[in-house]
Amino acid sequence: MFPVFYVAGLVALVSTVMVVTRRNPIHALLYFILSLVAVAVIFLDAGAPFVAALEVIIYAGAIMVLFIFVVMLLNPGVALVIRAREWIGPAILSLLLTLGIVYSVVGSTIKTMGISATTPKDIAMALFGPYLLGVELASLLLLAGLVAAYHLGRRIEREAPARGASLQPGAPVGSGAPSSRKEGA
Amino acid sequence: MRQYPIDYGLVLSAVLFAIGMAGVFVRRNVIFVLLCIEIMLNAAGLAFVLGGARWGQADGQVMFIFILAMAAAEVSVGLALIMRMFHRFKSLDTNEIARMKG
Repeated sequence: MFPVFYVAGLVALVSTVMVVTRRNPIHALLYFILSLVAVAVIFLDAGAPFVAALEVIIYAGAIMVLFIFVVMLLNPGVALVIRAREWIGPAILSLLLTLGIVYSVVGSTIKTMGISATTPKDIAMALFGPYLLGVELASLLLLAGLVAAYHLGRRIEREAPARGASLQPGAPVGSGAPSSRKEGA
Repeated sequence: MRQYPIDYGLVLSAVLFAIGMAGVFVRRNVIFVLLCIEIMLNAAGLAFVLGGARWGQADGQVMFIFILAMAAAEVSVGLALIMRMFHRFKSLDTNEIARMKG
């Protein structure tokens, strides 16, 4: 038997330690994506394929891309030279993970996994049944996060011109620049 | 399928959580601090899913979905704050903003 859990757990541990100890943020982010994929393999092995897919799509696909956007916006001067020596660690970890995934898909475990796995229907019935209040609260939290991110991101450009421009009631959207120019004169 | 004791999975989640917590304490780059908070959230989610899989119920995975939504909201606000901090202090060091005014 291929020990899927032990291999994926080892990959998750090693890559998480690499995340914490890296100096370059991009390298740390890539190691963290590897760690997330390893945890997704553990989910798949534990009979939770829907959550494994969510882990890859949302965590590794959306949230980490947000991180990479911000790192690339803030550190334009970091030289991203790829040396062959730096490929050894990620390559070994990825290879171990690939073996785990291939065994999970190809091996005989997929039959037993199909029987006892939690299907998306089970999750949906629980989510919109007893946990309906939690769904509403999560939607409120996401709305608050959206408003806060919009507000914090917008104020960066508004900080440079005069403060009074944004306080005028009834001013059209595009009228900030002329009024601030008038104040400057 | 699952041939390992559930304790090992919980130990793995605890160790991942400890690594993330150590990173929050040790690293001074605020991007790394946010990343280590993500590690801790992910470790908590792993414990939830493994606990749910132990009993064959969907509740652990439902809690993981909630953790995912919370992590998304937290990251969006945190990254906006990081961008603001960088534009104001020209630095990502948490020691730069350790001193308060007044």
